[in-house]
Parts: sequence; C-alpha cells; structure tokens
Amino acid sequence: MDSFFVITSLLKIVGILFVVILPMVSYAVYAERRVSAFIQDRMGPNRVGPAGLFQPIADMFKLLLKEDFTPRAANTFYYWLAPCLAVMPAIITIAVVPFGSTLFGVPMIIADVNVGILFVFAIASLGVYGIVIGGWASNSKYPFLGGIRSSAQMLSYELSLGLAVIPVFLLVGNLRLTSVVRYQIEHGWFIAPFVGDWMNPWKWLLAIPMIISFLVFLIAIFAETNRLPFDLPEAEQELAGGYNIEYSSMKFALYFLGEYAAMITGSAITVTLFFGGWHFPGIPDGSHGWIFGLMNIAVFFAKVAIMIFIFMWVRWTLPRFRWDQLMRLGWLFFFEIALVNIFIVAGIMAFHQS
Amino acid sequence: MPPFLFWVFALMTLIFGAAVVLNRNPVASALSLVVSFLGLSALFVSLDAYFVGIIQVLVYAGAVMVLFLFIIMLLNLQAEERHRINWLASAGGLGVALILLIQVVFTIRHFEAARQTFPALSASTIDDVRNIGALLFRNYNLPLQIVGILVLVATIGVVLLSKREPR
Amino acid sequence: MAMTVPRPKLNWRERLYLPAIVAGLAITFKHFKNMLFGHTKVTMEYPEQKPDSRLPDHYRGAPALVRDEDGRVRCVACQLCEFICPPRAIKIIPGEIASTDHFARVEKYPEQFDIDMIRCIFCGMCEEVCPEQAIFLRKDYAITGFTRAEMVHHKEKLLEIGGVIHGVVLK
Repeated sequence: MDSFFVITSLLKIVGILFVVILPMVSYAVYAERRVSAFIQDRMGPNRVGPAGLFQPIADMFKLLLKEDFTPRAANTFYYWLAPCLAVMPAIITIAVVPFGSTLFGVPMIIADVNVGILFVFAIASLGVYGIVIGGWASNSKYPFLGGIRSSAQMLSYELSLGLAVIPVFLLVGNLRLTSVVRYQIEHGWFIAPFVGDWMNPWKWLLAIPMIISFLVFLIAIFAETNRLPFDLPEAEQELAGGYNIEYSSMKFALYFLGEYAAMITGSAITVTLFFGGWHFPGIPDGSHGWIFGLMNIAVFFAKVAIMIFIFMWVRWTLPRFRWDQLMRLGWLFFFEIALVNIFIVAGIMAFHQS
Repeated sequence: MPPFLFWVFALMTLIFGAAVVLNRNPVASALSLVVSFLGLSALFVSLDAYFVGIIQVLVYAGAVMVLFLFIIMLLNLQAEERHRINWLASAGGLGVALILLIQVVFTIRHFEAARQTFPALSASTIDDVRNIGALLFRNYNLPLQIVGILVLVATIGVVLLSKREPR
Repeated sequence: MAMTVPRPKLNWRERLYLPAIVAGLAITFKHFKNMLFGHTKVTMEYPEQKPDSRLPDHYRGAPALVRDEDGRVRCVACQLCEFICPPRAIKIIPGEIASTDHFARVEKYPEQFDIDMIRCIFCGMCEEVCPEQAIFLRKDYAITGFTRAEMVHHKEKLLEIGGVIHGVVLK
C-alpha cells in the first residue's frame, strides 16, 4: 500500500465518477429525450443552451427545488434508504471495468481483481434491493407490484446473463476483465472476426456462437436494467410508473440516475466483453505515449456511447412484453440457448486443440 | 487489510446477524441478513479469498435473499406480535449457547495448530479461481459429479411438483 | 357473448420474430437519420416560427370589438353576448348616448366592456349572436399575462385588437 497507488486510485475514482460517469448519466437522459424525439419526428429539448445542451443542468435544478414528500403510510427509514441502494451498485460495478490501457504507466482500471466478471454480477444483483425495498417501503399497491415484478425478473434473467458470458471466459481462461481485453487485442474482437487475423477459419467458426452469446447477453442486460421491452417493474400503462410512484424530488432523481447508471455500466461491460474494450485497430496502447493512452479512453467511451444509443434505439422501437411472455422467454428460451451455446463453444475448442 | 477494518467488518457481521433475530419486521430481518452476508464476504476478501467472498455476495445476498424477500412480500407477513417471554426457555437457550462457547474456547486453547501464526499469503501469485476449479475437477471430481446429479434430481423434482395437472 | 379472436398461425420464421424486430429497428433508424440530417420537417418551432400566415379563415382566436367606418363602436350594448356566453366571461355596463349626439338614434353604447380571458373558451357564440356585427373572434391566440387582472380585456384593448370593419360582413 504505497502512497503512489493510493493517490492514483483516488484520482481514478474521482475522475471516472465525477468527470465521466455522472455527466454521462445526466447527458444520457438528455440523449434519450433527443433520440426518442428524433425517432418520432419531433425536435426534443433544444431550448436551454445551444441545441438544448444545458437541459440536464436545468433538470437538476428543477428536481432539487421540488418538494421532497414522504407519504405518511411509508416506512420512513427504508423509504429513504431505497433510492441510495438503487444508485450505488451501478456505480460500484464500474470499478472493475478497464476503461483504458495505461496513462503515464498507470493502468486505467480502478481495481483489477481476478474475479472481475463475478464481481460485476454480484454487485449488479444487489441493484434489485433498491427497487424491491422502494416498492415495499412506499406502502402502496403499484410500487409494491413493481418491486415484486422486479425481483422475479432480475432473478430469472441473471441466469441467462451469467450463462451467456461463459463462452467468452472459456476462450480467455481467466475471469479478469483486463485479460478479456488482452485476449481480444491478440485474437480480434469476439463478435467481429474481421478484426485482427481474419484469415483464421477457427475465428469465423467461433464467431457464430459468440454472436448468439452476445445477443442473449444484450437481451439479459435489457432485462436487468429494466429497459424497454422489459421494463415491467415501471410499466407506465399498467403500474403508472411502478416502484417510483411515491417518490418525488431528489429521491426520484436518484432512481432515475440509478437506471441510467446501470445502463452505462451494462454498456461498458458489453463493450469490454464483446467489442474489444478500449482497443481499436491501428491505435497502440498507452505505453507508446500518453496521447495514445487518452485515445484508448476516448475509444472506450465512444463504444459505450454507441451501446447506449442501441439501448435507446431498441427502447423506442419495440413494445413491452407481457409478464408471462417475459418469464417464459427468460426460462424456456434464453436459458436453453445460452446453455447449448456453452457446449458448442466447448466442442469447437476441444476439436480445435486436438 | 488493516486490523481495524477486520474489527469493523466482524462487528458488522455480528451486529446485523443479531438484528436478524431481534427485528420484529420480517423484511427488516431479511435485509439485516444481507448486510451480515456483505460483512462476511468482506472478511473473505481480506483473506485474499476473492472467489469465495464474491460468491457469498452473488449467491446469498444477490439471489437467495432476493427470493426470501420475494416470498416475504408475496405472503404479506406482518410484524411479529410481542408475547410474554418464557423465562425457562430463554434460560435453557442461554445455557446451551454458553456451553457451546466454553467448548469452543476450550478447544482452541488446547489445539496446537490453531495457535501458531501462519505465514502470510503472497497475494500476487494466487489465482484462487483457478485453484478452486482445479481442486474441484481433479481431486474431487467424483463427489462433484454426485452433487451435480443430486441437484439435477432436485431440479426435476421441483419442476414435476410445480407443473400443473393437464386438464 | 364471448368471442374468440382468431389468431393467425405463424410459420417458424415468423415465430422467431427476428426479421420483424430487425425491420422495426430499420424503420426507427430511418426516421432518426432523416430527422438528424434535417430531411423531415414535421414540427414547428413556435416562438421563432409562427403559424399566423397558415391559420385558416374560420380560426377562432381572441374575441374583439370593432368600429365602423365612422369610428363609432359598433356595439350597442344589447347584452346578448353577455347573456349567451357559456362561461360568463363577458361583462357589459351600458351607457346612454346623449340626445345631442350624431348617433342619438342608437340610444346605448357600452360604457364598460370586459372579457375575462381566463374564462373565455373561444366558442364564438358571442360573434354568432351579435345583431350588430360588433364582436368578432380574431386570430390572436397568444393571450398571456402575469396576473388575473391583466388577463381581463377592457374595452380599449378589445377595440385595439378588433380594428375597423367596413359595411356588412356576411357570416
């Protein structure tokens, strides 16, 4: 525990949280509104500042100045605790994601633990508590239904989520997320066999189960982050907003923040696992100069931004699933597909090595 | 990990473990258990056992307790009613706990291996995930397979039990 | 009577839903792209662009009083509009025209004519009922104010909106 490690870690935590993630969250809300507007042939918020770019700041002030109301029937302690629990897991998860190569010799990852992906799943699975407790503590019917739905949905889709990434780690042979990126730099991105040595036929063969794996993972991430088409915990038409009806002011904003932070974390993990993380063909890593280190970080967050756009694109295209359809899809379809996919990848690998 | 953090997490585990029993509200009890699990997993991580620590959170805090909460909320359990304390039963329970404590202390004091200081683990060389995997699939492969079949049988049983009668 | 809606039988390709999802994504992306590059123009950005020139002839905006070619207020304070107004937004206090006046035969004029624009529902019944063609619904739609008092249009304001009308208007 030398002081250099402590100082760089603190710098990384503060930098990634306050310079990148929180602004990204607030601008994701802005982007969501603009993208949805464009898809529906509208303009979206374009008044505050140039092209409406200061809208998130105005939104923040609006939410801060609203009355913070606690219903009398609510269980006050848990009612206050729940929004915090909704934000924390999403932000903690980013700690193990490598968001760049190196900058001045410092690895651009906050904690390179050897159980990386398990850490991500473990912390992400705690995210359900914020919703469930919020739904329960509000002591009201619709939030309660939202909380119940959320817990069942997250449990069901965690299975597919976990199984979908196993093929990736079968290939990498290590649970570290930095090794995943390292492997993809050497062998090409998992779902893009044309990156790297594209002459290798095994890569093209492996790309088929990898794309299936990616699709299952993406769909499970949609379900885990409560995004449409799986936003049943907050279905506006059925539950009038779900678990966050009774919340107002900054507590509501925290739920909102948590949802978007979870989306950003989900995108970051997807990018790390399937899109080569911070790697882009032609850009060397940070050991060749700090300018390349910065470029790696920029590439990573550009990829994350594209993923977030896909999240929004899907949200404004597909209608919501029915509750029993959601459960059947999770348990009878994606679970099996992910399971079979593991066997296919294992078979290809065994055949390749022999 | 500094020893002061050990005390923090150990106290957290114990206090919230006690809160599980002392709380009258079932939801509060379940949440206390979650916090207790988190403290326990922090203790595992402090021993460089990342895998066990994380699995503790993933399985118990993330999945099992969510199911517990789900059931508690679905059954709409209310806070337990206060009833008179049965002094004889509590004395008996206290006695058993005390005897167990004495037994544990006695064993530790007379067990040579428990008193020596172990050499510190070198954190960088340990890949505990790989070690556990190798141990499970090489040395304990047969028990693992048997456990797997047991779980499979249990799963099939659950599916059969929960399946509706065809009409 | 309960009725079962027949559901279409889907073949395996349709049951996979993937082509349908991809087609949907393509449609939304096309809309997004066209909007991003400014090819589609559906909405109007209001304070900069105004719909004034495109308002239809029968548009019902703010009610207003008019003068005739002699500069006389056409209203004769008959109070029919006050009587018919569904939200009771109109309040008229009639006054006698002095017998020495050139228009003495008209007998009455509105001493006060207030329309409470908070109450007005732009129904146009006042215009419909007016025997003298003195009140018209104009094309003003942006009626704003900071206080309730500001939102009451007095006679001067109404005449200012209304302007002058020559002769008889065929409605």
